[in-house]
Amino acid sequence: MSLATATPDIIPATAAPRRRGYWRALWHKLRYDYVTLFFLTIIVLIFAAAIFAPLVAPFDPNKTSMVYRLKPIGYRHFFLGTDELGRDMLSRLIYGGRMSLMMGFVPVVIATCVGGFFGVVAGFTGGWVNMLIMRIMDVFYAFPSVLLAVAISGTLGGGVGNGLIALTLVFIPPLCRVAEAATTQIRTRDFVEAARASGASNLSIIFFHILRNIVAPVLVYASSLISVSILLASGLSFLGLGVEPPTADWGLMLSTLRQSIYVQPLICAMPGAAIFIASLSFNLVSDGLRQAMDVRA
Amino acid sequence: MSDPVSASAIPDRTTPLVAVRDLSVSFVSRDETVRAVNGVSFDVMPGEALCIIGESGSGKTVTMRSLMRLLPKHRSVIEGGISVAGNDIQALDERRLSQLRGSLMAMIFQEPMTALDPVYTIGEQIAEVVRRHTHATRPAAMARALELLQLVKVPSPERRLKAYPHELSGGMRQRAMIAIALACQPALLLADEPTTALDATVQIQVLILLRKLQKEFGMALIFVTHDLSVAAQIADRVAVMYAGRMVEQGSVREVLLNPRHPYTIGMLSSTLHGRVRGQDIETIPGSPPDLRALPPGCSFAPRCSRAIESCSAAVPAPIVLSPGHDVRCIRTQDQPAPFSPASTLAVS
Repeated sequence: MSLATATPDIIPATAAPRRRGYWRALWHKLRYDYVTLFFLTIIVLIFAAAIFAPLVAPFDPNKTSMVYRLKPIGYRHFFLGTDELGRDMLSRLIYGGRMSLMMGFVPVVIATCVGGFFGVVAGFTGGWVNMLIMRIMDVFYAFPSVLLAVAISGTLGGGVGNGLIALTLVFIPPLCRVAEAATTQIRTRDFVEAARASGASNLSIIFFHILRNIVAPVLVYASSLISVSILLASGLSFLGLGVEPPTADWGLMLSTLRQSIYVQPLICAMPGAAIFIASLSFNLVSDGLRQAMDVRA
Repeated sequence: MSDPVSASAIPDRTTPLVAVRDLSVSFVSRDETVRAVNGVSFDVMPGEALCIIGESGSGKTVTMRSLMRLLPKHRSVIEGGISVAGNDIQALDERRLSQLRGSLMAMIFQEPMTALDPVYTIGEQIAEVVRRHTHATRPAAMARALELLQLVKVPSPERRLKAYPHELSGGMRQRAMIAIALACQPALLLADEPTTALDATVQIQVLILLRKLQKEFGMALIFVTHDLSVAAQIADRVAVMYAGRMVEQGSVREVLLNPRHPYTIGMLSSTLHGRVRGQDIETIPGSPPDLRALPPGCSFAPRCSRAIESCSAAVPAPIVLSPGHDVRCIRTQDQPAPFSPASTLAVS
C-alpha cells in the first residue's frame, strides 16, 4: 500500500538533473582526493604563517647574538636552533616563507596575465600575428629557465624587484604557449561560429567564450609553475642575485648556512627542507587540481 | 518587437526578403581551387520556407554560410550578389554585420552538442544573445530566456535554464539552439541540417516545432537537408543542388511530385518510401564530380542516362516550366517526365 503511494514521489526526485556551478563541481571532486587535501592544508598553513609572521614568530628574525651561534634544535628557547649569526631559525623560516611565497606567486600571477593576454591574441588572431608573437616567445623558450632567470637577474642586478622581473619574464613564454594552444583549439569549435552567427563580435567571443574555456588548462599549468618559481627564486637568492641579506629568505639562508654544514648539518638542511615541502605541496595540489578540472596534460 | 532592425525587416510580402544572384564561392589554397558553389540564384519571400536539398559536398552549407558571411575571409572567394532585407551582405562593415546577425537573420547548426558552449548554462547562453542585441539587464534577459524555452516547448523550462548542455538530451539541446536563434525574432532563420543529428522521433518533433514557429512569427526559413522526407514536411519551395548549382527549383509539390531534372528524378527514385520489400533500390551510377575540376557543361552529364553530346557543351540555362519551377536541363522539353515517384511522400 505504502509502496504504491511512495513511488510517484521517488521518480521525479531521482530524475532531476544535477545542477551545480563549475567551482562547486570542482570542489565536489576535490573533496575525496585526500592527498591533495593534505598538501592543500600544508599550503594553507604556510600561507597563514607567512601572513601572520609577526604574531607567530617567537623572535625578531634579524636579531643577532654572538653568544647563541649555531645552537642545536631545542637549545633553550630556540625551538629550531640558531643560525651562524645566532638568529632564531624558526622565526627566520617563518619570515623566509613570506619572501618565498611572494617570489612563488607574484611572478606566476603577472606572467599568467601577460602571457595569457598574448597567448589569447596570438591564438585568436592566427596568421602572421600568431607567427610573430609565438616566434618571439620561442626565442625565450630556447634558454633553459634557470639560465634565463640567472641571466636576466644578473643583467638587472640583485634585489627582490629585479628577481621578480626576471622570474616573470621566464614564465611568460610557457604560459603564453599554453594559452595560445588552448585558444586555437577553442576558436575552431562550433559554438564560436554559432556565437558569431548570433551577432557576437570578436571581443565578446573572447570575453564570453574563449576566456572561460581556457581558464582550466591555463590555471592548472600556472599552479604547477608556482613550485618552479619558488625553486628558481631560492636559486637566485642562493647565487646572491635575489634577496639581499639580512632579509630572511629560504634560498639565501641555504646559501649562508652551507659553510656551517659540518657544525650543524640539521640546521643547515632546514631551509632546504622548507623549500622542498613548499614546492612539493604546490606540485601535488596542482596535480590534484588538474585531475579535478579534467585537463589532459 | 522593440528592435528596429527586425521591425523594418518585413516590409511586405511581395518583395523577396533574400535575393541571391549568381553566387559563386570558391576556396582557394596554394595548390588548388575548390569551386564549391557555381552560380546559384534564388529568392526567398518573407514567411516562406525554402528547402535546399543535395548530397554532401553539393554546396548547400556553403551557400548558407555565405548568406551570413561566416566563411573564412582569407581562403574563400565570393562572387555574385547576396541581399537580405535590402542589405548587401558582401558590402556590410563588421559592426553592422554583427548587428544583423542574430537580429535580422539567425542560424541553427547541425550538431547541437558542439554548437553550445559546454561551460555555460543554457539560460546564460540565451541571455547572452538577448543582451547582445537589446541592452536588457541581466535579470530581464534571463526572464526572456525562460520565455524562449517555453516557446520552444522545453519541459520544465525553469530547471533547464540552469542546466549545462551536457545535462540535456539531443532534442532538448536542439530546442535550446532554436531558442537562441529566436531570441531576437529574426526575419530569416537559416537551419543547417538541424535534425540530422537527432533520433527519428525527435526529428519529427523538432521539425513540427520549427514549422509552427516559422508560421507563427512569419519568418522566412532556409532549411538545408539531404533528407527528402524532411524537405517534404517543412518546405514551401524546394531547391535541388548538385555540384554547386541549383539544378531544379520549384514548389515542394511540383519538385517532389513532378521532378524534371534527371538528378532529382534519380534522387527521388533512390528513396525507400513506398517501395515494395525485397525490391532493389535504384541508384544513380557514378559519383559526384570533383569540385576542383568540374566538367564543362552540365555537371551531372557524366552520370546521366539521358545525356547527349550537347550536354557537355555549355552549362544549361534554367528552363522555366511553370512560374516558380525551373530546371537546368537541356533535355527537359524533349521527353515528358518518365515517372512520378514520390506519390507516397507526404507532401504537406
